[in-house]
Amino acid sequence: MNARSFLINGLIAGLLGGLIAFVVAIGVGEPAIDDAIAVEEAAAAPADTEAHSHDEGEESTAHSHGDEEEGGITRGQQAGPGLATATILVGAILGGLVGIASAFAAGRFGRLSPVATTALVTAVGFVAVVLAPWLKYPPNPPATGSGDTIGERTALYFGFLAISILAVIAAIIVARQVLAGRSAWLATAVGGAVYLAVVGIAFAVMAPIDEVPNSFPANTLFEFRVGSLITQGALWLVLGVALTGLVNRAWNRDVADTARREAAAAL
Amino acid sequence: MSQLNPTAVPQVAPVAIPVRDLAPWALFAALLAVVVTYFVGAEQGAFSLFAGSDVHEWVHDGRHLLGFPCH
Repeated sequence: MNARSFLINGLIAGLLGGLIAFVVAIGVGEPAIDDAIAVEEAAAAPADTEAHSHDEGEESTAHSHGDEEEGGITRGQQAGPGLATATILVGAILGGLVGIASAFAAGRFGRLSPVATTALVTAVGFVAVVLAPWLKYPPNPPATGSGDTIGERTALYFGFLAISILAVIAAIIVARQVLAGRSAWLATAVGGAVYLAVVGIAFAVMAPIDEVPNSFPANTLFEFRVGSLITQGALWLVLGVALTGLVNRAWNRDVADTARREAAAAL
Repeated sequence: MSQLNPTAVPQVAPVAIPVRDLAPWALFAALLAVVVTYFVGAEQGAFSLFAGSDVHEWVHDGRHLLGFPCH
């Protein structure tokens, strides 16, 4: 096994994950998006006839989410090929990254097999890249955020994501130090504590985002956020299962090759 | 279970791939990830390289559902 095989397997697994995430998103994400846009349009209709959006006529980015908008991209395109483009691209990229990260991890976590380290990398990746940011800055459906604060919200989101990933790297460095002399249990516990401490501090210190209008239906918001988590969970789950399967196959081939070579040498 | 030959189960220890061999792949993947994440997650939202909003509109639903800040 080498960097090349890990990357190829990661890309394949990620592509598959992105594809499944697209299908899942249609089922669990799109209904909430449609509901949110319906809320926006219902709110906009009585106010005035000229279509305006939630961002108070800030004309640079002002847009509503209905079909009659500029650009010629319809809701059907957004919910179909547009959504597929996003999930498959992100899936392939995440797959490649998880593949490379798994290549780093293989053979560097005590006696864990490459399949086990790959599973570990995927699980930790999901927590650090999806779950932690989801808890701190949960995703919002269309028509709930202010266009004026998009810069600030983007900075906070990616800042927290970066801290979460750096915390994982710090936790791994510390855990490997512990593993050199102590038990794997202690190394895991200390590594987990390091991650939780760093991310916990960031969680407490970083500014909150609280923009969803009080009038926005709570069930739609909840449905959207859970739908988003399930969509990303599906991507990572399929990515993890497929990648560990492919790594398992490559690893078994390596083991068989080694056995054959040893047998040949013994003759 | 995964291999056919139960009599010879060699205990092959996983060999770490040298960082030297991994670094270029990691660097390239990271750069590509930044570009893709930017276009799916932020172009024509927080930042705008291209005029208009077609990129934003095209990936709109994915941007929301994949958890990126949007409006």
